[in-house]
Amino acid sequence: MLGQGIAKGLLQTARNLVATYVDKDRLPTIEYPEERQKLPEATRQFPFLVHDGDDPSKGLRCVACQICEKECPPKCIYIVKSKDKRVDYKGQTQFYPAVFDIDVSVCMSCQICVEVCPFEAIKMDTAFEFSTPDRFGALLLDKHRLAKSAAHYREIHPADAAESDAVMAAESAKAEAKAKGDAEAKAKAAAAKLAAVPNVSPEAQLPPPNSGSDSPTMPM
Amino acid sequence: MSLPAAASHAIRARLDAEGNASGGDQLEVAMGPQHPSTHGVFRMDVVLDGETVVKLKPVFGYLHRNHEKIAEGTSYLGSMPYTDRLDYFCSLTNNWAYALAVEKLAGLAVPERAEYIRVITAELTRLQNHTSVCGFLLQDMGALGTPLMWAFRQREKVLDLVESLTGARMMCNYMRFGGCRCDLPPGWIAQARVLVDEYPRFLEEFEALLSGNEILMARTQGVGRLPAALAVAAGVTGPMLRASGVDHDLRKVDRYGIYDRFQFRVPLGDHGDVFDRYMIRVLELRESLGILDQALRDIPPGPVIDPKAKLRGFRPKAGEAYGRIESPKGELGFYLVSDGGPNPYRYRVRPPSLINLTILEDMCLGHSVADAVVILGSVDIVLGEVDR
Repeated sequence: MLGQGIAKGLLQTARNLVATYVDKDRLPTIEYPEERQKLPEATRQFPFLVHDGDDPSKGLRCVACQICEKECPPKCIYIVKSKDKRVDYKGQTQFYPAVFDIDVSVCMSCQICVEVCPFEAIKMDTAFEFSTPDRFGALLLDKHRLAKSAAHYREIHPADAAESDAVMAAESAKAEAKAKGDAEAKAKAAAAKLAAVPNVSPEAQLPPPNSGSDSPTMPM
Repeated sequence: MSLPAAASHAIRARLDAEGNASGGDQLEVAMGPQHPSTHGVFRMDVVLDGETVVKLKPVFGYLHRNHEKIAEGTSYLGSMPYTDRLDYFCSLTNNWAYALAVEKLAGLAVPERAEYIRVITAELTRLQNHTSVCGFLLQDMGALGTPLMWAFRQREKVLDLVESLTGARMMCNYMRFGGCRCDLPPGWIAQARVLVDEYPRFLEEFEALLSGNEILMARTQGVGRLPAALAVAAGVTGPMLRASGVDHDLRKVDRYGIYDRFQFRVPLGDHGDVFDRYMIRVLELRESLGILDQALRDIPPGPVIDPKAKLRGFRPKAGEAYGRIESPKGELGFYLVSDGGPNPYRYRVRPPSLINLTILEDMCLGHSVADAVVILGSVDIVLGEVDR
């Protein structure tokens, strides 16, 4: 009979309409700016730079190795390596990024920079409300706007942050052990030399700590 | 019946080289590229005799993004997020096809758990793709709003799951060469189980609303027939080919991944018309639910990535490989040639949407303009993949 389909369809939709009042599943929309959905932990939007301690200008983990710049598929990262070295949060002498820009209007949130970073220095943020009337400058984030504390990272991605902290702890323990071993070996060598040539002061013989362990191998 | 698509851009047809348009009785109409029924920026140049299509020329390339050439200039890993953007409804299957090709090239093994995760995510992708394409098809027939919104409401649930696993709803960038990027988050399998258990309820409702509907049957049965011989000759794959009655599903033919472990059937059509193509997708949804059910039950613990797989400095040895999978739209293949460098020497995508689209004129001839819209909807194209 003609029109039967319409009647059946209307019955289905009417059922659905009634159900929206009783079943949360039937009314999945929320009033966005007032009401916010809890995002899953894995959510990723744009990268940020992790810094330890309170001072973002001193505590950046980034050593300007430029691996992320090279691997970034849309090439939205721009890094200028510093001319000088400075002592980082671990007490090692490292380069630091003189300029670190990310153009978030180009970034496609793919997370590859995070995966390739050997220093746990760049991570994905969950902030997404970046709308701005400024067409050019506002979406080009410099290192001051990108820097966020490790505490922030632990807050937004607790599980990942725990893993990352463990990796860092293991690495610094390894580095310390190596440095200690190196220093002991050098001290021994120096002492042996000292014994042979008694009129040279021991300070002059000791090399600066951890030299040679800071520049990473570049991917080719 | 009104002519929704002919309302704009109608011009008097000129006599073409073959002399097809005659005496000014025929109209040449450009449908698209901004027309909502074309699923993106796609144009159909149709020649109409009254309301009947006598000639149709698909015009595409508006969304060309140079995907293949970009991939030849970036590292193997760097192309992975770009594959998300081919068929942006099914980024996880795109990832899988590309990962499969690279794994063949580099000889990487995939751990068992990662294989299961790949099957689960691919079938979830199939669920949401087929669900939304059914909604879109109904939209093309003039059922504005309700079916599409219902389909999208259900699709959102799948996307929520995908988001909690990969961090993104559509641009997942999840698979890596030799496995997957990360393990399933705690509680994910239970959530997926709930979704799989609840899905049939949605399907029953959707079918009660639509499948037996007389308007739907009148608009789709006998419309846009594609004979099996023609489909095979044109290289059509996926649900379109199976709707024409050809039993060809790469999950059965190639048994890539671990598909040989699952029990599922391949639904086939009889007539190869739009109705069959719609029904094939609805039936495939049920089969996908079956596969998901088995995969969620059997998934073993273990690592999710081959420890030999390198993220940086990845250089497969010189050679070539073709990896193909059954994406929700058909055979999605990646052909890679390596010269031993960090970038592929040649990178080629075999996009199912594009090849299924080439047969459009043969299906549309003799039907009305409104039917041409429905036939295009039943092909299930995504312009990101057609144009690349």
